[in-house]
Amino acid sequence: MTESRDVMNYDVVVVGAGPAGLACAMRMAQLNPDASVCVLEKGGEIGSHILSGAVMDPEPLDALWPTWREYPPEVFVPAGRDEFLWLSGARARRLPVPPPMRNEGNVIISLGSLCRQMAEELERLGVDVFPGFPAAEALIEEGRVVGIRCADMGVESDGTQGPNYAAGVDIRAGVSILAEGCRGSVSKQLIAEFGLDRDASPQTYGLGMKELWQLPEGRGEPGLIQHSIGWPLDSSTYGGSFIYHLDADRVYIGFVVGLDYEDPSFSPFEAFQQLKHHPAIRPLLEGGEIISTGARALVEGGWQSLPRMDMPGAMLIGDSAGTLNVPRIKGIHQAIRSGVEAAEHWQSQSDTAGFDARFRASAGGQELRRVRNIRPGFRAGLLGGLANAALETITAGRLPWTLANRDDAGSLRKLDEHPPVDRPWVSRDLAPRDRLGSVFYSATSHEESQPVHLHVMDPEICVTRCAAEYGNPCTRFCPANVYEMVEEQGQMRLQINAANCLHCKACDIKDPYGVINWVTPEGGSGPNYQNL
Amino acid sequence: MKVLVPIKRTIDYSIKPRITREGDGVATDGVKMSINPFDRIALEEAVRLKEKGQVEEIIAVSIGVADTQQQLRTALAAGADRAILLVTDALVQAPLAARVLLAMREEVGADLVLMGKQAIDDDANQTGQMLAALWDRPQATFTSAIEIKDDWLYATREVDAGLETIAVELPAVVTSDLRLNEPRLVKMPDIMKAKRKPLDERSLESLGIDPPPMLEVIGYEAPVARQGGHRVESVEALVDELKQRGVV
Repeated sequence: MTESRDVMNYDVVVVGAGPAGLACAMRMAQLNPDASVCVLEKGGEIGSHILSGAVMDPEPLDALWPTWREYPPEVFVPAGRDEFLWLSGARARRLPVPPPMRNEGNVIISLGSLCRQMAEELERLGVDVFPGFPAAEALIEEGRVVGIRCADMGVESDGTQGPNYAAGVDIRAGVSILAEGCRGSVSKQLIAEFGLDRDASPQTYGLGMKELWQLPEGRGEPGLIQHSIGWPLDSSTYGGSFIYHLDADRVYIGFVVGLDYEDPSFSPFEAFQQLKHHPAIRPLLEGGEIISTGARALVEGGWQSLPRMDMPGAMLIGDSAGTLNVPRIKGIHQAIRSGVEAAEHWQSQSDTAGFDARFRASAGGQELRRVRNIRPGFRAGLLGGLANAALETITAGRLPWTLANRDDAGSLRKLDEHPPVDRPWVSRDLAPRDRLGSVFYSATSHEESQPVHLHVMDPEICVTRCAAEYGNPCTRFCPANVYEMVEEQGQMRLQINAANCLHCKACDIKDPYGVINWVTPEGGSGPNYQNL
Repeated sequence: MKVLVPIKRTIDYSIKPRITREGDGVATDGVKMSINPFDRIALEEAVRLKEKGQVEEIIAVSIGVADTQQQLRTALAAGADRAILLVTDALVQAPLAARVLLAMREEVGADLVLMGKQAIDDDANQTGQMLAALWDRPQATFTSAIEIKDDWLYATREVDAGLETIAVELPAVVTSDLRLNEPRLVKMPDIMKAKRKPLDERSLESLGIDPPPMLEVIGYEAPVARQGGHRVESVEALVDELKQRGVV
């Protein structure tokens, strides 16, 4: 069947309306008001797929958009007191707050809401912002990226064209900017195609889950920032919690687990829910109600895992490359910096070559370099990691070595190599009851008749090798219960509940056989986060 | 013929509405807002009539907050030729909406008002009927198919007994049911074209229509959470329990 595919031409196409992509588009428009710039976003509206802590270091945004505080995001609370807690099963000890985690001058925001404000500013600058249009793949001609193909719409679940079928538009552009966030699907395609990670250490990731709670009146302390380490994680698993107090007795509570965990029976979602029942945390939430929930993977590999950020015709920015600063638990300022650097590089050079070197030498790159050994140090366990972090912080990263990262999919141990861990977990009564209960608050929806957007390249392996070797860990690491093993006529079978998907990408990262490939579903599908 | 399509900005159907902490309304901060789905269907039907050559111009009109522009831009991308936004921060009740739509119909000279049967926020299901009464023209409500022949509009309605087809003489008011059509997805080039289509924005007060509100909101409350049920061992136990609770 011949198909008519619309083609649109732009000077610049940006994939992803997160902080990196929006900052990049904004700087492009500021430097060259005549440039035609468009931003593609898979979410139904700007911000609906954005999830972040988020305590932001406002400096790079102040520099890019000095009047942004006149258009404040719906959550905007100046950082107050910092607390750093070490949890054991029954107790919470207050530790001194490590210098990178101090937040004076920072602001607690809803990143989704900030992105909406940035997108409105872009519209005022003449940039075309297209929510509901996912990028399906990069267009490559003669070894050069020449644009982006948007996902087709109206495809039926059997792959045929439904009554509403519309072929995705091809956007041809002088430069394509990949700002998809952590583990972007087009970025993944390009990293493989151009071998961008050839000289990099393997990328490593974390899985973050977050809830917005409305508490009973008078319980919040606006601006209070709490982080915890320790329980419910064992000392060999990296991770911790965050609790940020907003105004009007609302709090963000979240939990991040390093996806390099080894125990195949471990469930990050359950660990998060257990954390909420710790005697030091439960009294905060009791009697409150959940407003919104979500989950998203984040990059933790830092300096040594950054792929080359430029290739002919395209650049990787923000967490598409991996600019997050793990010890500071902050990525927004880094994403904005990388977006601004990419725009300035393109507007001055009209070439992508040299952007990688430019970013590494910039403030954002150097910030990553200084902290490069802190996250991998935690592979020595919690105590060793903290000691190493203190040493690296005192020496400001000047020690002459760089610790390597390891691949998260390969870190999972087989059932017979990993003795069952006894986790004396309490029975829970705070909402949500289970993962489906949690998915409900993310308001995720996917047009039911579309093809499954989670491609399992070899479903046979799930029933045979994976079931025996790892016990199907996808049924546990997915925070949205997308993967289920069901019995049908005496045979086990993998069932993919794609409509639950929160687009967190954990499955694409953690599946031990690398057979799960996450692709963009139809435009507008996915979560509808409220102020996350 | 010109068609007027009223568009209401409502909380997206995929969102669970939440009462504000003060209890004075439904929370909209950070909440996805969309075109009322029934209005979207009415607009699609107008576009299909235009594609058949039975309609010359489609005018989308909305009454609401300034941000309703977003929904009208979507309506323009979905096929409306121009849009009018009457800005107000007040909650608009059906009697006022009907009066405003009557004035707008007259202003644009539309012979057909094609609108959603109800909005999914207040579920009033009154505006179309009230408009027909004020205008003193026929109405076809809950339509699942429509066809125009000469000056008559034939509307199919899903009623309890099956399908009912009625004929109304134009000009008329038609309200859409869910199965009237499945709206097409908006394409990117149409979004670009929509940016150049006229969107006329003025204050609702400028129309000089100011009837006092006819309904008073006493309060808002979330539905009571469902109490979990439990299994009983036998039919006898079930009957006993029902008797105990005074149900039978």
